[in-house]
Amino acid sequence: MLKMQGVSKSFLGVRVLHGVSLDLEPGEVHALVGENGAGKSTLMKVLAGEYAPDEGIIELDGTTVSFSHPGQAQAAGIGLIHQELALLPHRTVAENVFLGREPVRRGLVDRRAMEARTAELLAELDETGIAPDTLIKDLSVARQQTVEIVKALAASDVRVLVMDEPTAPLADHEVELLHGLVRRLAGRGIGILYISHRLREVFDLSQRITVLKDGRKVATLATDGTTADEVVRAMVGRELGSYYPPRAEAEEVGEPLLTVAGGGNERLKDVELSLRAGEVVGIAGLQGSGRTSLVRALFGAAPFTTGTMTPLRPTSPRRAIRAGIALVTEDRKAEGLALRQSVRDNALLVTRAVPGRGTRDIGGLLERVRLRSRGEDQEVKYLSGGNQQKVVIAKWLAARPKVLLFDEPTRGVDVGAKAAIHTLVRELAREGMAVLIVSSELPELIGMSDRILVMAGGRLAGELPAGAGEEQIMRLATSETASAKGAAA
Amino acid sequence: MTAIRTEAAPKPARRFTRRRRLRFNDPVVGVWLAAAAVTLLGWIVVAIDGGNLLSRTGVTGILQNSVALGLVAVGQSAVILTGSLDLSVAYLISIGTLVAAETMQDGSVFTAVLAVLGLSAAVGLANGLIVTGLKVNAFIATLGMAFILRGWIEDNYTGPAGKVPDSFQRLGYDRIGPVPVSVFLLAGVAVALWLITKRTRLGHHMYATGGDEHAARLSGVRTKRTVVAAHVLCSLCVGAAALFLAARLGAGAPWAGTEARYDLESIAAVVLGGTALAGGRGGVAGTLGGVLVLSVLDSVFNQLSVDPFFKNVVRGVVIIAAVAIYARPRRTTPRRQPA
Repeated sequence: MLKMQGVSKSFLGVRVLHGVSLDLEPGEVHALVGENGAGKSTLMKVLAGEYAPDEGIIELDGTTVSFSHPGQAQAAGIGLIHQELALLPHRTVAENVFLGREPVRRGLVDRRAMEARTAELLAELDETGIAPDTLIKDLSVARQQTVEIVKALAASDVRVLVMDEPTAPLADHEVELLHGLVRRLAGRGIGILYISHRLREVFDLSQRITVLKDGRKVATLATDGTTADEVVRAMVGRELGSYYPPRAEAEEVGEPLLTVAGGGNERLKDVELSLRAGEVVGIAGLQGSGRTSLVRALFGAAPFTTGTMTPLRPTSPRRAIRAGIALVTEDRKAEGLALRQSVRDNALLVTRAVPGRGTRDIGGLLERVRLRSRGEDQEVKYLSGGNQQKVVIAKWLAARPKVLLFDEPTRGVDVGAKAAIHTLVRELAREGMAVLIVSSELPELIGMSDRILVMAGGRLAGELPAGAGEEQIMRLATSETASAKGAAA
Repeated sequence: MTAIRTEAAPKPARRFTRRRRLRFNDPVVGVWLAAAAVTLLGWIVVAIDGGNLLSRTGVTGILQNSVALGLVAVGQSAVILTGSLDLSVAYLISIGTLVAAETMQDGSVFTAVLAVLGLSAAVGLANGLIVTGLKVNAFIATLGMAFILRGWIEDNYTGPAGKVPDSFQRLGYDRIGPVPVSVFLLAGVAVALWLITKRTRLGHHMYATGGDEHAARLSGVRTKRTVVAAHVLCSLCVGAAALFLAARLGAGAPWAGTEARYDLESIAAVVLGGTALAGGRGGVAGTLGGVLVLSVLDSVFNQLSVDPFFKNVVRGVVIIAAVAIYARPRRTTPRRQPA
C-alpha cells in the first residue's frame, strides 16, 4: 500500500537520512526502531509532509505522491500522531477533534453534529468512556492520546497512521489500552508505522521491524523470525573510533561526595546512587527513561520528594549550589547562558547570585577551559557551540563545586571542542571532583565513564563496569519491566 | 448489581450533559456573582449613608456608565482571547468621536456612522497586519498605533469639534423606563460578539489560536487571518463606543477616549471577567460581568463622594484579587479512569 524508496534528507549540509526505503501493508503494524538520532522521526515527518525529501519517492497505492505541507499528506490519508500532543487543553474533545474543520450550519458551528460525530468515532474505537464535551485538561494523558488519534481519523479517510513514541508518556495500564486501540485500528485495515524504543512492545505489536541507524536502514526483519538480541545488535553495531582520556585508577577514587538512598519523585523511583571523588560516572538510558529527571533532582531543580541524600536533599538549585553541586544542563541556550550578555557576565552568573561561594577571578578559569573568544566582553551569542559550552563550564567552576553533573556535555559541539571538554572533565575528576555524565551518545559515555548506570522507566536498571559494550547497555535500557513503568503512574 | 439485565441497553446518544450545570469555579459565574455581591454590598453601604444605590436614576447611571466601557471591553475580549492585545483603543475612540461629529455637522448621520466604522476597521486591520505580518509584539504594535493616532489628534485638534444633531444625541440620552437605549446597542454588540466567538468557525479558531498557536496551525487553522479578524472586530466595537460617546457629548472631543483611560480600563474589565491575558480562555459573558463590577463600584463611590484616589485603591485591590483567585489551580471534577 505504502512504499518509500531511497529517501534522503539533509539539514544545513548534514545528511540525516541516507536513501531509506520502507513499505507498509494494509492492516500491518510496522515498527521503526533505532537509537536516539537514528532518523526515525525525520523519516516520519517526510512521510507526513512536514519535511520535503531531497531525494527518493513515496508511493501510495502505486501512485507517486509528493507533499509540500502536512495538509496534503493528511488529505491523502496519512495521519501523524506527534510525540508531543497538539491539543488545546481548555477546549472540549469535539472542538479539538474538529479544529480547523468545524462543521457549519447556517453560518454557525454545528456543535451538535460535531459532538455526535465525535461520539461516533469514539464508539467505533470502543472508547465510550470519553464524552465529546469534556475538556481536554480533564482527561488522562492516555485518553488525550486517543483524542489525538480520533482527530487524525476525523480528518480524512486515514490509510496510514504514524505513531511516534505513543507510549512514552503513559503508565503501564494505559499502555495496554493503547495497544488494544492500535490492534483495533490495524484490524480495520489501517497500516500503522509505530516508532518505539521499547522492544517489548515492538515484539508484542508488530509484524515487521525496520531498524534505522545513523540515518540508514540496517534491516527490515519479520518479527516472528527475529529476537530482541538481533534487533539490538542491528541498532548498535558500531566501532569506538575516537580517543578518550585514560580512566581513573582505583587508588584515585576517594570518598563518596554525594549519595542518594531511596530517592524518588513523580518521574523517578528507588534511586540508589553514590558519586565518589575522582570518578566519572555515566548515566545511559533512552529518551524519557528519567536521565534528565535524575540530574535535575540531584540539582534541586525538580527535587526528590522521597529518600535521603547527602550532603543534603536540595529543594532548590540555590541550595544545591551552596552544597557544592553544579549542573551543566542539556539546553545551554535556554538554561545555561544569558545569550545577550558578555562572556564575563555569564561566567560570573553563579558567583554573583550565590555570594560567599567561589571566585571572581574568571580570567584564569576561562584559560583553564581553553575558551576561544574575542575577549571577556564578547556576547556569548556569537561564540560557537563548543565555546559556549566552555563558558557554561567556567561559570560552574567559578562556584568551586565538589560534584559536577553534566547533561549531554557535548551536544551540538564540534569535534575539537568535544575532545577539549572530555580532557577537561577527566582533569576535574583527577583533581578530586565527583563527575556524573548523562549522554545519548554511547561511544562518549563508554569512553568517558569509570562505571555506567543504565536507566529505564525512571529507575536505575543496572550498573555496568568501565568498558561495557553498547549492546549490554542497550539491552538494559530496553529491558524495562512492567513494574518499573508503573512508577510513573 | 443484582438486577437482571435482559439485554444491553443501547447507549443513549445524548448523555453528555454534565458540563451544562452551573459551576461556581467558572470565572463567568464567579464574576456575575461578584457583581451581584458588590451591588448588594454597595446598596447596603449607600443605604447606611442615607442614599439609595438602586434608585431609578442610580440604575440608569450604572447602565449608562457601562455602555462605553462595555463596548470597548467586549472588543478587547476578542483580541485578548486570540492571544493579542489592543492598546490603541483610547485614541481610536477620540478620533472616532471627532470624525463622527464633524461628518454629522456637514453630512448625514448615515455617512458619519459609515465613516467611523470604516476608519475603525482600517485601524484594526493595520493593527492585525502589524502584529501578524511584521511580527511585532501586540503590546508594542498597538502602543505604536496609539502614538500615531495621538499625534494625528494633537496635530489637528485643540479642543472639541463638530456638532452632533439632536436626532443622534437621542442614542446617548433616551430611555425606555430606567433602561437607556444605548444599553440595547451594547447588548446587540455583545450578543453579536458572543455568537461569533462561541458559535462560528472564526470564534473557534480565535480560541484555538490564543490557546496554542502552534497546535492550531498544525490543525490547519489560518492563525494570522484569525488574529487580523479579531483586531478588526475589536476596532469595530471601539468605533461603536465612539459613536455612543459622540452622542453623549454632542460633539467630538480629543480627550473622549483618553480621559476615562479606556485602554487600561477595558483590559481590566476583560481580566476581571476571567479571560486569560495569554488568550484561549474566557469570553464576552465574563467581560460584561467585569464591566458591571467596575461601574457599580464607580457608582457606589460617587454616591458616597469618596476621595477619587481612594476609589482607585479599591479598584486596584479588586482587580488583583480577582486575578489571584483565577490563578489558583482549580479543582474540576477529577475524571481519571480507575488505576
